[in-house]
Amino acid sequence: MKKKQDNLKNNWDMIISPKVKLFQLNLNEVWRYRDLLLLFVKRDFKAQYKQTILGPLWHVIQPIFTTAVFLLLFGRIANIPTDGIPPVLFYMSGICIWNYFESCLTATSATFVQNASIFGKVYFPRLILPLSTVSSNLIKFSIQFLLLILVTGWVGVKTSHFHIGLSWLLIPVLVFMMACLGLGLGIIISSLTTKYRDFHLLLTFGVQLLLYTTPVAYPLSFLKDKPYAAWIAWNPLAPIVESFRYAFLGSGELYITGLLYSATCITIILFVGVLMFNKVEKTFMDTV
Amino acid sequence: MSEIVIKAENVSKQYRLGSVGTGSLAHDINRAWYKLRGKEDPYLKVGEENDRSAAGTSNYVWALQDINFEVEHGEVLGIIGRNGAGKSTLLKILSRTTMPTQGYIGINGRVASLLEVGTGFHPELTGRENVFLNGAILGMTKKEIGRKFDEIVHFAGVERYIDTPVKRYSSGMHVRLAFGVAAHLEPEILIVDEVLAVGDADFQNKALGKMKEVSSKEGRTVLFVSHNMSAVRNLCTRAMLLVNGKMKTEGLPDDVINDYLLENANHSLEQQFDDTATAPGNDKVRFKSMRVVPQVATPNEAMTVKTPINIEFEFYNMMGKTPINTSLMLCTLADDVVFNAISEVQELDNGLYKAVLEIPGDFLNDGGYYINVMIVYNASKVIYHFDKAVIFSLEDRRSFTNWHRKWVGIVRPQFPFLISRIS
Repeated sequence: MKKKQDNLKNNWDMIISPKVKLFQLNLNEVWRYRDLLLLFVKRDFKAQYKQTILGPLWHVIQPIFTTAVFLLLFGRIANIPTDGIPPVLFYMSGICIWNYFESCLTATSATFVQNASIFGKVYFPRLILPLSTVSSNLIKFSIQFLLLILVTGWVGVKTSHFHIGLSWLLIPVLVFMMACLGLGLGIIISSLTTKYRDFHLLLTFGVQLLLYTTPVAYPLSFLKDKPYAAWIAWNPLAPIVESFRYAFLGSGELYITGLLYSATCITIILFVGVLMFNKVEKTFMDTV
Repeated sequence: MSEIVIKAENVSKQYRLGSVGTGSLAHDINRAWYKLRGKEDPYLKVGEENDRSAAGTSNYVWALQDINFEVEHGEVLGIIGRNGAGKSTLLKILSRTTMPTQGYIGINGRVASLLEVGTGFHPELTGRENVFLNGAILGMTKKEIGRKFDEIVHFAGVERYIDTPVKRYSSGMHVRLAFGVAAHLEPEILIVDEVLAVGDADFQNKALGKMKEVSSKEGRTVLFVSHNMSAVRNLCTRAMLLVNGKMKTEGLPDDVINDYLLENANHSLEQQFDDTATAPGNDKVRFKSMRVVPQVATPNEAMTVKTPINIEFEFYNMMGKTPINTSLMLCTLADDVVFNAISEVQELDNGLYKAVLEIPGDFLNDGGYYINVMIVYNASKVIYHFDKAVIFSLEDRRSFTNWHRKWVGIVRPQFPFLISRIS
């Protein structure tokens, strides 16, 4: 009997049992399904703009209008300084990186609930879907970033102020951090929402509140010496947004310690996220 | 004996009924509290057998309970059972879309499941794009799909529409394309759930043919859930019957199907209709009784293939003097007609009549049968048709043989069959 048990445990390619390892990323499997990831990205991109006239141009329209509103609201009415950066660039760069985070977060947080019909029918590594969302949002980010470059060029011609430097190398790192943060938070929320939808409702206004506690519409320097500055500093998004501006526009400040703090937060969030995702993906079909 | 590719041990699955809300939150907290103290989940003890029609006292049910089975390489295992018996739950566990609550399953080889064709089809994408997407979801690489693309499109017969968004497809075309993708998967183990319920007859044949090809020619293992008994009979090498989440029988498809059909049937050899108002019939004729009478020596003797059987029924004629004959159709539970016997036409006056048909022993094969009876006007026009008037089954008895597998054939007559020496 003992021998038979051993046989059973060892000789199978795959064992399905309720006992799951706490932390199991299965990156091999994700890699084997990489074609699926790409096809999901393609699907997202294509399906989003079927039967629209402007197509991907919609990605451009949103930041333009938001920037315009910010210019009016925070620039003209509230008169908040912009660290010496032309206000258009200041707001647009903030919006650009913030948008990436926001769309990663909201899209991945709906992973389980929105794809229940697919997940219920076939098995593939579940992580593929949030990863594909983050990737397809990267396309959107690229388009908006291109807009930002164009606008920067245009402002540069007018003010003859250009900034191209080594600090640009930091941009991919910052975008990657944003992706990880959006993914991490997103899969935490998607894991929680499978059973209790309350978290989805929390998310919709949570994101809005988060925008105001992130230095998108104001520079971090503006808060110096203010009693609540410390609270904003707790937000791991703050150093990323600030550093993005620094890297792209060459002014403002680079908070190395802040970035390290963010990186630590992101690692923890991502770890917790994968942990929760792992636990939920096995049985979420029963509760979703 | 060939290699075992799937082995399930004590697989159970518990579901919580009712909706998810504050009540389930309380249970979750309680469960976490037990877990924290290192105790077993308290709700695993309270589950009930899953009988969907009987209201239970607990909110927890066992959709599957202690399922044990093995599947060998190249087998086609049919899983049958009534709605809610746990078939799909089992397939879901096997295809890893959900986890068992207890027990485990070992699997050797790549598994692909077809719990529903067309999973992940996006209405806005073209047929071509969807073939690639769907194929990838089912586990193929882009290269594999590319290699088989023409074959898939040809199989589905939608060459003309391949670059049109699938939302413009007819539902039939949708299914054809989806099945085409699925049929060209190359897993070692294929899990199929009721995909044949859709599509026209031509396509169903095509699909069945493809499945047969997959299992017999390419030697792949297939698990197949269906309510289509003839498909199970034709395709499967073995079958298993689930009843309320438990495995009832397992074995040759014919035996298991028989078991399943008998279980659903009203299994009584005798029907007496004392109340003429509700008795089967109309204002012209009305049945009084219907019975199967085994011609056995002792009353409790089993009815076997060797037992002569009389089928008797009594009916009232209320039409006055009429030329009447009776017709009796004996069918297997899988709806194959064994024979249709008719009586001579007789002029019958008003009154109660009894008709008897004698079936000799050593004629029918083992299995379940049902009987349709008709009262006919002058061997031409049906006056009343009594469907499935009675259902019975015959047990197997064999002599002079060492053959122990299913005896093939609808009937098993003992005709004179002799060998004699001629030189």
